[in-house]
Amino acid sequence: MSQSKTTSLLDARILVPAIGDAFRKLDPRTLARNPVMFVVAAVSALATLLLVRDLSAGGGNIGFSFQIVVWLWFTVLFANFAEAVAEGRGKAQAESLRRTRTETQAKLLRGDDINNFKFVPGTSLKVGDVVLVEAGEIIPSDGEVIEGVASVNEAAITGESAPVIRESGGDRSAVTGGTQVLSDWIRVRITAASGSTFIDRMIALVEGAERQKTPNEIALNILLAGMTLIFVLATATIPSFATYAGGYIPVLILVALFVTLIPTTIGALLSAIGIAGMDRLVRFNVLAMSGRAVEAAGDVDTLLLDKTGTITLGNRQATEFKPVRGVTDEELADAAQLASLADETPEGRSIVVLAKEKYGIRARDMGSLHAHFVPFTAQSRMSGIDFDGSSIRKGAVDAVLRHVDRTTVASTGGTASVAVREPQAARELQAIADEIARAGGTPLAVVRDGRPLGVVHLKDIVKGGIKERFAELRRMGIRTVMITGDNPMTAAAIAAEAGVDDFLAQATPENKLNLIREEQAKGKLVAMCGDGTNDAPALAQADVGVAMNTGTVAAREAGNMVDLDSDPTKLIEIVEIGKQLLMTRGALTTFSIANDVAKYFAIIPAMFLAFYPQLGALNIMGLTTPESAILSAIIFNALIIVALIPLSLKGVKYRPVGAGALLSRNLLIYGLGGLIVPFIGIKVIDVVITTVGLA
Amino acid sequence: MTINGWIQILVFCGVVTLLVKPLGGHMTRVFNGERTLLSRIFGPVERGLYAVAGTSEREEQHWTTYAAALLFFNLAGFLLLYFLQRLQGALPFNPAGMGAVPPELAFNTAVSFMTNTNWQNYGGESTMSYLVQMAGLTVQNFVSAATGIAIAIALIRGFSRASVKSIGNFWVDLTRATLYVLLPLSVVLALVYVYLGMPQTLGAYVEATTLEGGRQTIALGPVASQVAIKMLGTNGGGFFNANAAHPFENPDAISNLMQMVSIFAIGAALTNVFGRMVGNERQGWAIFATMAVLFLVGVVVCYWAEAAGNPLVNALGLEGGNMEGKEVRFGISLSALFAVITTAASCGAVNAMHDSFTALGGLIPLINMELGEIVVGGVGAGFYGILLFVILAIFVAGLMVGRTPEYLGKKIEAKEVKMAVLAILCLPLAMLVLTGIAVVLPDAVASIANPGPHGFSEILYAYTSAAANNGSAFGGLTGNTTWYNITLGIAMLMGRFLVIIPALAIAGSLVAKKTVPVSAGTFPTDGALFVGLLSGVILIVGGLTFFPALAVGPIAEHLAMLLGQTF
Repeated sequence: MSQSKTTSLLDARILVPAIGDAFRKLDPRTLARNPVMFVVAAVSALATLLLVRDLSAGGGNIGFSFQIVVWLWFTVLFANFAEAVAEGRGKAQAESLRRTRTETQAKLLRGDDINNFKFVPGTSLKVGDVVLVEAGEIIPSDGEVIEGVASVNEAAITGESAPVIRESGGDRSAVTGGTQVLSDWIRVRITAASGSTFIDRMIALVEGAERQKTPNEIALNILLAGMTLIFVLATATIPSFATYAGGYIPVLILVALFVTLIPTTIGALLSAIGIAGMDRLVRFNVLAMSGRAVEAAGDVDTLLLDKTGTITLGNRQATEFKPVRGVTDEELADAAQLASLADETPEGRSIVVLAKEKYGIRARDMGSLHAHFVPFTAQSRMSGIDFDGSSIRKGAVDAVLRHVDRTTVASTGGTASVAVREPQAARELQAIADEIARAGGTPLAVVRDGRPLGVVHLKDIVKGGIKERFAELRRMGIRTVMITGDNPMTAAAIAAEAGVDDFLAQATPENKLNLIREEQAKGKLVAMCGDGTNDAPALAQADVGVAMNTGTVAAREAGNMVDLDSDPTKLIEIVEIGKQLLMTRGALTTFSIANDVAKYFAIIPAMFLAFYPQLGALNIMGLTTPESAILSAIIFNALIIVALIPLSLKGVKYRPVGAGALLSRNLLIYGLGGLIVPFIGIKVIDVVITTVGLA
Repeated sequence: MTINGWIQILVFCGVVTLLVKPLGGHMTRVFNGERTLLSRIFGPVERGLYAVAGTSEREEQHWTTYAAALLFFNLAGFLLLYFLQRLQGALPFNPAGMGAVPPELAFNTAVSFMTNTNWQNYGGESTMSYLVQMAGLTVQNFVSAATGIAIAIALIRGFSRASVKSIGNFWVDLTRATLYVLLPLSVVLALVYVYLGMPQTLGAYVEATTLEGGRQTIALGPVASQVAIKMLGTNGGGFFNANAAHPFENPDAISNLMQMVSIFAIGAALTNVFGRMVGNERQGWAIFATMAVLFLVGVVVCYWAEAAGNPLVNALGLEGGNMEGKEVRFGISLSALFAVITTAASCGAVNAMHDSFTALGGLIPLINMELGEIVVGGVGAGFYGILLFVILAIFVAGLMVGRTPEYLGKKIEAKEVKMAVLAILCLPLAMLVLTGIAVVLPDAVASIANPGPHGFSEILYAYTSAAANNGSAFGGLTGNTTWYNITLGIAMLMGRFLVIIPALAIAGSLVAKKTVPVSAGTFPTDGALFVGLLSGVILIVGGLTFFPALAVGPIAEHLAMLLGQTF
């Protein structure tokens, strides 16, 4: 499942079984799913009958007819092969998943007492059953932790061997069947019966068994069926035109013309493209619950991204020491560092790091200082250190100032508050703090023995390169909206720094949902990711909802994709994969249709040569004989399918350059290329088969 | 090709382009129900008609109701026209004493005028009474054109409206198209035509004594009024058998220019109506530009082929281009131009005999019609025709920008693709299948005048013209037989209604959709790239469909001519 296990395109382990599958897929019931290839198979069967008739009658050019029939069948087989290769890659992954789905014994609990259980087979569990899972045991089925904390190895589904913590309550309560509890025990309420668990669904998805045609694919199939009908009309009327001219055209040649004209290239590769699209997502460790969701990802107009973890690194870091007048930078840095030495929060550590980097202040040994560490509490809203009769505090500005007042009152018996005693310093402290807040930072005031020293600027660190990603998204026509619980001022500053287009500050599940609805009312498609239970309504409302694998069961159920790595930035890749899927279909359709021009120029002159010899002037490729012309066209038509299998599996490369530029580029490659390539290809094949004497 | 010839072609193009904006503005106001200068005159008439019909301009219709109203109206028109022809002997305004029109011919003619085709298997001056010409044919000339405009407007509303169910009111659109667009323009044109010397009389035919002393009957009638609408409404049915080649129907270069311009005027202006209604005139100009590209290619090839003439004739010492079947007062340039215009639009009026064109010269009108007459096209019909190709082009190419294809903010999905494909499919169905049957039926083949590929072209042209609702004839083919009367009638019905119904279904589906806002990821449809893409798709899809038929017809004939063989 992990990216390291990706199989190469030309892996013999996939190609060899695919050959067998290509023949198995000749079953008419399978072929009927694909209208174009079904038609090709039907006319190939007809051509075979005609060949048999000719063989028994002993008339006609048997060698030529035989080759036509063979290549007709190859066209069908190549299409089947493409699909089989695409499926094969999924099958390999499903195989490794199946191995994890071993039969387990579950400890079914009878009541609240965790010692009162009986062993039952994991497969017999029903939704709502409560089981006990202890260290070393496999979790029997998907469920929600209702009691306990445990570290769980989820390598089976994520490929990541580092254990993760699963605990009751909160956003990390979902467990997946087939994963292993490494330590402690948990009580799990089963949420999925055997056969419909997460892993079962994954297997079905990667195998393509549940693959349903997506809306776009249906529309494209209609177009292809329409084109096929048009060419039925174009070729079926030729015999009577020939009769009028006093000639006769063998059915086999009509069949050859028909098969080369109908959009076999895209018809053959259409399902492979769809399967490969899902497969690419799986390689990114994202599971799409439907192909529809993948397609919708390509259409996304608005991306809702959580600030923390997606846009910023998640923890605030100290970036600057701002002393009040009369205090040096070093003095402030020194005090701040001392106050943070025992502070294990990321913010505290970042202060120590900054002091060292900027002013070379080394870490000091707490023990030798005889210091007493004052931890942060929700009441005091500050932390600090007391040593050698000195006391340093850092924390929210108002909390620190209040602390100063209290201690001064206590120690000196005076009544004057700091604002009165040192109005200058207090005012300045407040001014610096306000400035930092306006810039989107968090101010952390530092006082030493009742004297305000200055403010440490804690800042949300925007991830490196994220601004470029957003610029890229903008060029793709996607608007990014940052979701954060911060106040609007802070949010605005970070939004500006990260380069998002908009932000939603002080976000609640309700206004998140409203934002999605508003965007959708404007006709936009919205993608978001989330993990908490309170994200579930928004995930369900969004057109593309990516649930984090670490999230709750509710979130996982509500989303239409699950990210096994729980990496919210992946939303961007998901969008690209969706676009790639649509682009590949469009490119190959264009290519397929453009190909027809050359095929006409190959076959029409050959076909009518007997009674309208002047049409030989249309043989602009200079093909050797009518037989070699027709044969070359049909061979090209079959081989191009094989040649394009890698492209259909890899997908057309997406470039975030704006729609106009992207389209002209693709039109040039697949439209103009589609016009020119077959002229060259057919000519080359003609030269080859005439040289080896096949025609 | 001469400088003079090109100047005349450019003058025509310039006048049409200049008309697009003002006429488009007027039509937009009309169909949006805004007041225009004409409201004072026609307002009461309009409201009176609604009162009689029991409808109101505020009443809106779902696409199915709209389509049902349209079909009902057309059926009524067909029946009226059929019975007028059958009973003309007993009806007034029949100074020449014409008898009843035979049933098959009456069927063919009624279908022909109801569908805006105006294929004529009859000679006007020798078959139809003045009453049939005026109350039957001319009335259908108006309402069939108005029907086309109404459908185009309904389809435009599919794009300009969002999240609603109704696409307008057929009766209102029909009335407004007639009262505010067709009627006033026709009155003005008819008066100018009378000034230019066209007859406009209910009097009897005139007997004249020729210089040689022979006696000749000179046919007259209400010509000017019918010519005005036959061009403006892209109907094309001539008052006289010789159509616009007849001196009474097209006396001089000025009347010729006016007729050519009026063929294109409304169709071209509809692109601007479209642009205005969807709120971005550039979108309309992009479609106009696509039409212009395809048109100019056609004109260049046709004019070149005619001006080059037949090398076999040239080899005999006869210099110059092909003047066979052309009027000297129009010459090669204006004959070629007229032929391209009349087939690009679904007019079908002719000022020269297309049958006498060179093989390649005749190929252009044939291709124009096979593409579905979307280069300006029949009034309304051309516009909704090209929108079908837009849907196809957008769907295929739109995927290549990595989004569900959308046009003007409307997503193009399975339903639209299905309907567009159905509509596009019906043309080759009628054109190729009926041709395929006819060319192997001895009775049908007996109607052709020339052997070989040229004869094939005559039959192909007839079905193509009928299915495309053009109505121009290649000539040479004797069409007034039971077989052709019936099958051409069927082709006309298929070409009209099998396109209209899907077009309205698309309108109904689009109008209910939300409009997706434009972003950098939206493929721009108002620039050169789109024009190139659309022209390419039209040529490739159209070309692929008809290549075999064209190969054994005009192409085989042309290549044979180069080898020294004519038909």
